[in-house]
Amino acid sequence: MSDFILVLSGITKRFDREEVLKGFDLTIRDGEFFTLLGPSGCGKSTVLRLIAGLEQANAGSIRLAGHEIATLPAERRPVNTVFQNYALFPHMTVFDNVAFGLRMNGIARDEIAPRVKEALAAVQLSDYAQRRPHQLSGGQQQRVAIARAVVNRPRVLLLDESLSALDYKLRRQMQIELKQLQRQLGITFVYVTHDQEEALSMSDRVLVMDQGRAMQIGTPREIYEEPCNLFVARFIGEINIFPATILRPLGEYRYLAEVNGVEKTIRFHQQATEGDEVHVLLRPEDLRVEYIADAPVDRRGYVGAVLERNYTGQTLDSLIRLENGQNLLVSEFFNEDDPDFDYRIGERVWVDWVAGWEHVIAKESW
Amino acid sequence: MITPFKWSLVGLVFVYLYLPIAILVINSFNESKYGFEWKGFSLRWYEKLWHNDALMQAFTNSLLIATLAATAATVIGTLMALAVYRYQFRMKKLATGLLFVVLMSPDIVLAITFLVIFIVLGIHLGFWSLLISHITFCLPFVVITVYAQLKGFDRNLLEAARDLGAGEWRSFRTIVLPLVMPAVIAGWLLSFTLSLDDVIISTFVTGPGFEILPIRVYSMVKIGVSPEVNVLATLLLALSLILVMIAALLGRVRRKW
Amino acid sequence: MRFRQLVITVTLAWLALFVLAPHILVLLTSLLSPDTQQLASYPFTMQSYTRLWEPVYASAFWQSFWLSLLTTVICLLIGYPFAWTLARLPKLPRALLLFLMMVPFWTNSLIRTYAIKLILGAKGLINSTLLSLGLIDTPLQLLYTPFAVIFGLVYILLPFMVLPLVTTFSKLDNRLLEAARDLGATPWQRFVQVILPLSMPGVIAGSLIVFLPAMGMFYVSDLLGGAKNLLLGNIIKNQFLVVRDWPFGAALSITLIVLMGLLLWFYVQANRRINRQGGLDDNAL
Repeated sequence: MSDFILVLSGITKRFDREEVLKGFDLTIRDGEFFTLLGPSGCGKSTVLRLIAGLEQANAGSIRLAGHEIATLPAERRPVNTVFQNYALFPHMTVFDNVAFGLRMNGIARDEIAPRVKEALAAVQLSDYAQRRPHQLSGGQQQRVAIARAVVNRPRVLLLDESLSALDYKLRRQMQIELKQLQRQLGITFVYVTHDQEEALSMSDRVLVMDQGRAMQIGTPREIYEEPCNLFVARFIGEINIFPATILRPLGEYRYLAEVNGVEKTIRFHQQATEGDEVHVLLRPEDLRVEYIADAPVDRRGYVGAVLERNYTGQTLDSLIRLENGQNLLVSEFFNEDDPDFDYRIGERVWVDWVAGWEHVIAKESW
Repeated sequence: MITPFKWSLVGLVFVYLYLPIAILVINSFNESKYGFEWKGFSLRWYEKLWHNDALMQAFTNSLLIATLAATAATVIGTLMALAVYRYQFRMKKLATGLLFVVLMSPDIVLAITFLVIFIVLGIHLGFWSLLISHITFCLPFVVITVYAQLKGFDRNLLEAARDLGAGEWRSFRTIVLPLVMPAVIAGWLLSFTLSLDDVIISTFVTGPGFEILPIRVYSMVKIGVSPEVNVLATLLLALSLILVMIAALLGRVRRKW
Repeated sequence: MRFRQLVITVTLAWLALFVLAPHILVLLTSLLSPDTQQLASYPFTMQSYTRLWEPVYASAFWQSFWLSLLTTVICLLIGYPFAWTLARLPKLPRALLLFLMMVPFWTNSLIRTYAIKLILGAKGLINSTLLSLGLIDTPLQLLYTPFAVIFGLVYILLPFMVLPLVTTFSKLDNRLLEAARDLGATPWQRFVQVILPLSMPGVIAGSLIVFLPAMGMFYVSDLLGGAKNLLLGNIIKNQFLVVRDWPFGAALSITLIVLMGLLLWFYVQANRRINRQGGLDDNAL
């Protein structure tokens, strides 16, 4: 148990009469970079605010390092937050902002200055101590907000959509810096975002949430490659979904199935019998496209026409309409053999995937 | 969230604000002339006011000045807000600075400046001097209200209008004015209120030919008690409330439409 | 183009004629010699300003200063928590309460001052209540005291303190308070460290539009303070309308304007501290 720093169990939270969280459970390991990912309004920020103590749960317990903190007021919890729009005190210098928490907690005066300097050095803002927040750029304000939180050496650092106000390039840079800082400090980070790319690139583990419920928890790789349901599959990245019917088991979790009108062998890590319906999920980069002329005659795959093609620099992304009307997204990397490959709009092609790269889940009613 | 302590504070403040008004209104129906003994319901003081020609004249004069000043201040103030928001021109800083001075100056200082300019310009103290000074001290309030609303809407709207061929006046009438209408109405009400409430400036710029309420009332209440004043207060309050209700109703009709 | 010119011309002409020119004229008047026939005459002199230091006027000035200061402090003490409570309400009830606060203005403030006279008088509400409760035997002398003047000034001016404070409080970002909590600040620390400094522009704006007008409200002093000329406004009014020493009255006003300038400077400084521009754009009102 000791490696779980934060344990939420049976959390229920209502705003007015609307239930935002119901019987919500969550365990976070000591020292990990944990991300709560979900669309806006899914309750992820509420979870964070409950941990911080800025909201009170209607029911449930929150244990931090073994101690119940659900009843403690925010100011007495050993966690700190990096707020979405930084919430820096406009009437104080950068130094005073960072020193604020230390002063509030009665840290000895001669200890404050070195700790503030250390925190500012960690975010590369040593020269800015006497500036005021409005004299700093967005990225610098962001760093001050981080320094102001970590200087208190919290057990858990909470980050609420902390990078969303920055532009794309700066955001990428801050992602790397945050990750480095986390490794350097060894503090548990709980990060909230709606940006799946950000979640995947920074986190040790990710919890995908929707409508107040946990959908899937796992490493970024698990979440991306083995989504447990259609919501997760659709929310994280692009995905192609084929309806399929099991024809007969082949043993060792291999099945012969009719996938979108074509007989294919699929891998499915559940027991299934003839007639069961499943979804076959394929990421755009898992699909392969061949010019009709190049394909072997006995090809068993899908025929479609190129509807749209987009050059992105690293990949060629195309939209292909199958003969049954379904649209597929395909993303192909350029390779050395054929750096100029391209499609004409309307060109007819074969589409297939590398056997074993498909991910199969049971059919959902929605 | 809000503690009982805070609510009782809010309650007490409103009691403080309304108690004097309540006393005036209740006493306006009191048969007794002096204070707090209820001697029975009576409309006697209303009748007395009706027959007090000088006081009635001052009452209607006050309403006239308030209505005219509020209307003029709203028109001029809206234009000023537009000028400050929309145009770059020489001495714009000076213009906003002067508005700020009017906003911040104590009434007594404004009163003196008005008195001096009217004497120098040879404007007869009376109707015109009252009207001009009331318009002027209401102006910054209208400008601020309308300007705040102007700032709230998308500058592109005006550019779109011009792009579609509307001239300055046309885009003002068809785009700006409808959008700032709520602020314009609010500015008018505020001006009306300020004009009715004013004592100090009116005292300085009034003349013998045109008497308004505070001047007339001043001489009546300085010495003793006069129940007609209670009636006046009640009437002013009732009238203003009716006015606001009409404004609110109009607002509702507009929104539905 | 003609519409634009019209708008700008009206704006500049009106303000120049009825605001700028009058202020310059008052300044000039204050430098002229008194003349009961002509109101003011040459030569230019500083005489009116030196007269300000005469003990009679200096002490009157101080008295007025203290009464106004006390009024301002009381308005602040009542208005601050009141405005805070209002600002934390949802928009609609807040607007309604603010509106209710303005309703008394429709009965002219002179009439409202008269109503206070009815409350504080020997046979007034307070005395008759206390007498009937048996708490006192003889009526208290409430009317015609400095207390009555302050009571009246607070009554008239309190809304002017509340309005800018409500504006400031509603602009105060709630996340700053959350951040302070998150960093371990107790309610008292949050008040001292965050709320108070961030509301300073509102406090100063409110104080400004209470303190200066309070000095000028001669009718409150006339009705509630007796014939004691407690406020600067009484003296100014006498100089202009009774004694007809315009230069001296103008000099008194200029003193008020200078005081206003000084306080405005403080206001701008307070705004600077939290990165906002003072002035019309900021509309503290």
